[in-house]
Amino acid sequence: MDLTAGHVETLADTVARAGAVVAAGGRTQWEVGNPPHEAIEVHAPVGVVSYEPDDLTITVGAGTSFAELDSILAEHGQECALHPRDPAATVGGIVSCGLSGIRRLRHGPVRDHVLEVRFVTADGRTVKGGGPTVKNVTGYDIPRLFVGSFGTLGVLVQLTLRCRPRAACSQWFEADQPPDLFRAAAMLWDGRRVQILLEGNDADVNVQSAGLRACEPPRLPDGEHRGRISVPPGELAALAPALDALPGARWCAELGVGTVHVAADDAAVLVGARRAAHEHDGWLLREHGGDGIDGFGRPLPNAELMRRVKDAFDPTGKLAPGRLPL
Amino acid sequence: MCWPRSADEVAAAVRIARRHGRPFVARGSGTGLAGGATPLEDALVIVTTRMNRLLGVDPHARVAWVEPGLLNLDLSRAVSHLGLHYAPDPSSQQACTIGGNVATNAGGPHCLASGVTSAHVLALDVVLADGETARLGGLAPDSPGYDLRGCFVGSEGTMGIATRVAVRLMPDPPAVATMLCAFDSIDAAAATVTGTIAGGVLPAALEMMDARITAAVEDFVGAGYPRDAQAVLLVEVDGLDGGVAAQVDAVREIAKGHGASSVRIAADDAERALLWKGRKSAFGAIARIAPDYYLHDAVVPRTRLVEVLRRVYEIADAHELITMNVFHAGDGNLHPLIVFDRRDPGVWERVYDAGTEILTTCIAAGGVLTGEHGVGVEKRDLMPLQFSADDLDAQARLRDAFDPDGAANPLKVLPRGSRCGELQRVPEGAWI
Repeated sequence: MDLTAGHVETLADTVARAGAVVAAGGRTQWEVGNPPHEAIEVHAPVGVVSYEPDDLTITVGAGTSFAELDSILAEHGQECALHPRDPAATVGGIVSCGLSGIRRLRHGPVRDHVLEVRFVTADGRTVKGGGPTVKNVTGYDIPRLFVGSFGTLGVLVQLTLRCRPRAACSQWFEADQPPDLFRAAAMLWDGRRVQILLEGNDADVNVQSAGLRACEPPRLPDGEHRGRISVPPGELAALAPALDALPGARWCAELGVGTVHVAADDAAVLVGARRAAHEHDGWLLREHGGDGIDGFGRPLPNAELMRRVKDAFDPTGKLAPGRLPL
Repeated sequence: MCWPRSADEVAAAVRIARRHGRPFVARGSGTGLAGGATPLEDALVIVTTRMNRLLGVDPHARVAWVEPGLLNLDLSRAVSHLGLHYAPDPSSQQACTIGGNVATNAGGPHCLASGVTSAHVLALDVVLADGETARLGGLAPDSPGYDLRGCFVGSEGTMGIATRVAVRLMPDPPAVATMLCAFDSIDAAAATVTGTIAGGVLPAALEMMDARITAAVEDFVGAGYPRDAQAVLLVEVDGLDGGVAAQVDAVREIAKGHGASSVRIAADDAERALLWKGRKSAFGAIARIAPDYYLHDAVVPRTRLVEVLRRVYEIADAHELITMNVFHAGDGNLHPLIVFDRRDPGVWERVYDAGTEILTTCIAAGGVLTGEHGVGVEKRDLMPLQFSADDLDAQARLRDAFDPDGAANPLKVLPRGSRCGELQRVPEGAWI
């Protein structure tokens, strides 16, 4: 794929002329936060630009789905530990929403996997930030600025990601109490049991899983109304009873991380879960449903500084208008 | 200059400077290598070394709150009894401060597996350029809105001054193996590095030293490095017993496959410490070769190491200079050292020219200007080698959003003319 070709030029031209524009990917995370106001939709390029398996880096069009990325990397025994809830999510969408997968405990947040971004600016220029190497401190960290920016600073068209070798062995186990394990890949807790993902060498997984029961991979709570709580991990034990007190609340916490996935058939549960999150130094991001509920639930911290950043990149407010409560 | 003892005093110093129309620059221990803390434009220097307390450790959440003047190694020492450590470990870790590490987004040998400073900073209390305070990031895994914490780390003091930092601590690995592989050629060592990464082994650290530096280190600390090798690799793998054993076998096989003349595995912690002492003493050891050295810092894709290293030696030869190489090979982070004696007439020009040629070579190979030292003033005017005018404009917009008047560490990182519409001027020489 050649990103210098027509696609990006056309996209840049559309963005430059538009009064309001929003990038659409797999639409798997469309309702995350605040849905955008009406705007012209643009679509980022799809496909691999370059892949250096021996350097553990890959560059893809932002419109490439995680499923496609994962299958390409799998051919070389590699992966990029993004793991969105729905593999149809595009890489650009994952980065824009900044939602990390459940293996964050071991592999870190989305922001640690993005090496270089290319984006179209509000006035239609193509700009790159970061660099293609696995280590780089040259200039300001534009890639991290774009992770979780919900498409409000530019339209992502291309990303370079850090890859890693796939673990030889990867298996889920369960226990009644959280075990003390070195570098577990994930530890999910629903108030009753802990589900643990162990990755690595076969022998190590055998040793670490002593006393644990093998289990099926977990399924995150689902429902018409979904949200994601972010609290300091030390608050999870105190937050759990507050969530259990909400009738119909289904939840699953990432131990050691502080993310709690909440789902319910009743939107009021999200409101209650948000209140509980606020009481425990955290917040709730609306991910799905919950019509009429604000996506973020409170003014953004450092809103004035964030507004200055937004104005610097998008002076007329044309990019994904309404996404962020700024 | 001033030496505040609290965040309030930092804020007061910033406000006083601003009231008098003066910019300001934060300074830690002054170990930076890119001139980031050098005051320009009559800046007030705000030294953070008296704010050096470890404010609190939560061993369960593995978080420490520290003041910016705390030394990197003092932090790891203070939490070692808990089986924890702070992962970024620059060679200067005995002397450099966490605040300086935040400013430069510092790295170190063990950042290969663990990531550089930005992956280890959870939250920052900062004094912004207008003297106001803010908390960026937080202890929750995600913060709503833009990642201002991510922007601030590595901004080289141009967005304000950190007064409290929450860092992530890592559990000490149950098993560690440190290996020293010797080679008869630089090419073979470099090919082993590429082969290791390509072979799916991601060591905790993977360092390379050439013959000149190995000899200098050996004379200096007697770490037991082989004197007859053209290059050595210091490889550390960690984790659980099974994985460590498998990785040791894999590295040994890859090294032997590339003609390693010896592969030695440290027998105990004392030998491990000695091998690392050699690596971390490398820069001090250079004084035995020549009175001056210029240390570079660039990154290339791991697949290009062999050819780029060859070019580095050729460039030095062409300028009649001696280069020595000791670097973080595993992440492609080159540190070519050019050793010289400043009393030699005309030597500075040759050192600068060779350095610029090396950096240009690295960029041409798909690399970047700096992997862990930062841009500072040193590489400011070389930024256009890596970034287009539009790329630099985007960076300038971000910087200006934090500091519209350019009062925080002025004239660093971005060259003149970075802002679209700003008068373009020819920089006064590539090196300041």
